[in-house]
Amino acid sequence: MTAVIDVRNVIKRYGVGDAAIFALNDVTLSIEPGEYVAIMGPSGSGKSTLMNIMGALDNVTAGEYFLDGIDVSSLGENELSIVRGRKIGFIFQSFNLVPRTSALANVELPLAYQGIKLKERRMRALKALDLVGLSDRVNHEPTELSGGQQQRAAVARALVTRPALLLADEPTGALDPKSTKDLLDLFDQINEAGRTVVVITHENDVAARAKRIIRMRDGKIIEDVLNPRKVA
Amino acid sequence: MNIFEIIRFAIRGLVANGLRSALTTLGILIGVGSVIVLTAVGNGSSKAISSSIEKLGTNTITVQRGGGGFGPSARNRQGATKPLTVGDAIALVDPVKAPNIKQAAPIANATGVTCTNGAESSSPSTFSGTWPAYFEASNTPVHIGTYFTNDDVTEGRRVAVIGKTTATELFGTDSPISKVIQCGGIPFTVVGVADTKGSNGFQDGDSLLIAPVTAVQRTLTGYQSLSSIIVQAKSAAVQDLAQNEIQAIIDPRHLVKSDATRDYRLLNQASLLQTTTDTNQVFTVLLAAVAAISLLVGGIGITNIMLVTVVERTREIGIRKAIGAPRSAILGQFLIEATILSLLGGVLGVIAGFVGSHFTIVGVKPVIVPSSVFLAFGVSVLIGLFFGSYPASRAASLRPIEALRHE
Repeated sequence: MTAVIDVRNVIKRYGVGDAAIFALNDVTLSIEPGEYVAIMGPSGSGKSTLMNIMGALDNVTAGEYFLDGIDVSSLGENELSIVRGRKIGFIFQSFNLVPRTSALANVELPLAYQGIKLKERRMRALKALDLVGLSDRVNHEPTELSGGQQQRAAVARALVTRPALLLADEPTGALDPKSTKDLLDLFDQINEAGRTVVVITHENDVAARAKRIIRMRDGKIIEDVLNPRKVA
Repeated sequence: MNIFEIIRFAIRGLVANGLRSALTTLGILIGVGSVIVLTAVGNGSSKAISSSIEKLGTNTITVQRGGGGFGPSARNRQGATKPLTVGDAIALVDPVKAPNIKQAAPIANATGVTCTNGAESSSPSTFSGTWPAYFEASNTPVHIGTYFTNDDVTEGRRVAVIGKTTATELFGTDSPISKVIQCGGIPFTVVGVADTKGSNGFQDGDSLLIAPVTAVQRTLTGYQSLSSIIVQAKSAAVQDLAQNEIQAIIDPRHLVKSDATRDYRLLNQASLLQTTTDTNQVFTVLLAAVAAISLLVGGIGITNIMLVTVVERTREIGIRKAIGAPRSAILGQFLIEATILSLLGGVLGVIAGFVGSHFTIVGVKPVIVPSSVFLAFGVSVLIGLFFGSYPASRAASLRPIEALRHE
C-alpha cells in the first residue's frame, strides 16, 4: 500500500547565509492510510511549516515529498491546486469558511472547483453536512453559526471531496470544551471509517485521542511513538 | 469548473458588497450616460442649425457689404467702399446679363425698433424693408393674410408682414390682420403673418417684421445703405454661375478692379451650412471628449474598488485556493466581477442616456447618435476587462499560505 504521506529528508530554509533559519531540518516521516496522527511541539518547532508542506501549500527547499504517491515537489501552481482540492481536506483553527456564504455553499465549493455537476454536488454536500450533524443548519451563513458549528461545517467541507488525508491545524484552538469534545469524537468517528487524520496541536488532551504522536523541536522530529493509551 | 459557476461566484461576491458595487456602477453609469447625452446634444444642435439654415431658403446667395478677410486692412478697405444700394438690386434683376438669377431683393434692416399695439409692445429681432421677391428667396411664406405687393413698394405704403412671435406679443390670440401697429412711432398696417420658422439656436426666427423697402428707408433707416441683397439662383446647380453673374454686374458699379479690392462679399447657404456643420463637429467632439474622460474616471474607480476588494478578501482567496481553486478560477471570478460592474453600469448608462435625451437641454433637442450608444457600451465592457485585470491578477497570484495568514 502507498503511504499517504512520505516525507524524505525535507529541508525548509528561510533566508540565506548567516541569517538562514531552518524551519525544517532533515525531516523524514511516513504516514500510512488509516492512521490517526497528532503532531505536537511548541511554537517555532516547525510543526506548522510541516503542515503547510504536507498540505501542498508551501514548497520544500530540499528533499522529496510524496502525497498519496504523487511527487508534490515537482508540481506547478495549477497542479498543486488540483492536488489540494482532491487529496487533502483542510481544517483550520479559525474555521476559514467563506464569509457571507451558506454552510451548504461552503461545503459545495471544493466540488464546484473540481467541476462536479450541481445535482451530485448538492447531494454529496448535504450528506457530508448530515454526517457532521448540521442537517438543520445548511442555509445558515457562518456568522449565524456557533464556533463549534462552523468547525463542523469546515469538517464537512474537508470530507466532501473524499480526500486521502484530513489535515487539521489546531482545530480546537478556538473552541469551548464541549465543542472540542464533540469535534474530537467526530474525528474518532471519521478515522474509524478508515480516513487518514493528521492533527497539528499543542494540547495534550487533543493529542491523546490520536493513535500515533510525533513531537517536534527546532525543525526536527524528536519523538515518534504509538499512543500507549490507544494501543493498550 | 465551468464559466457559469465562476459567474455565479462573481455575482455572489458583488451582491455581498451591495453598496460598494452600486457606487462603482454609478461611475460607469455616469460616464456612459454622459457620452450618449452629450453627443446627442451636439448632434441635436447641429441638426437644428442645419435645418434652420435650410429654412432660410435654398439656392440663395446673400450679397453683403465689406470685403473678405478680417483685421485692420479689411477695415480700412471697408472705409473706402461704396454701399450696396437699391440700384444694385435693380441691376441684378436682368434676364440678359444674369440669366441664372431668378430674382433679387434688397434688404434694409432697421435695428432696435420697438413696435406697439396699445399697451402691448414687441421688438422684432429682424426688422427688414425689402421687395416681395424676398418672401420666396428667403423661404418665408405667409401663413395668414397676404404678402405686400410691388405696388406697395412703389407707393411706399406702410404695410407689414409679421412673424408668429411678434404677432403673439402684440395681439395675443387676436387676429392681427388689418390692425395698425406703431413701430418707432411710425404706423404700419399688418397684412400678413409669416409661417413659423423656429429658432436657429441663436435667435428666434419668428420675431420678425417685413415691410416694403421704400417705407422702411423713408421712415427708419434712410437711403444711404442696404444691409444686404438677397439673390435667388434659378436652381442649386447654377448657383456658381449666378455668383459669377452677380460679380459681373456689381463689380463695375462699385469700381472693383480685382478680387482683392472687392468691397462686398457673397455668402451662399451651402457654404454657411458647411461652416456651421464643421463648427458643430468640433463642438460635438469636445463634448464627447469630456464625457469620455468621465468614463475613464469611472474605469479607474473600478480598479480602485477591485483592489480594495482583493485586499479585503485576501483571506477568502486563500481559503478558496486551499480547497482547490485553480488560478484561472480566481482570476476569472475577479475579472468577471469587474466586468459585471462595468456591464451593469453600461446598461444603466444607456438607459439613462436614452431618458436624458428626451429632455430639451439648453434649448437643444438632443438627437441620439446610434454609434455613440454602441461605442459607449462597448467601451464600458472593455473598461471592466482592462481595469479589472490588474486587481484580478493580483488576486490570482496570491500565495495561499500568505493569504490564509492575512487578517
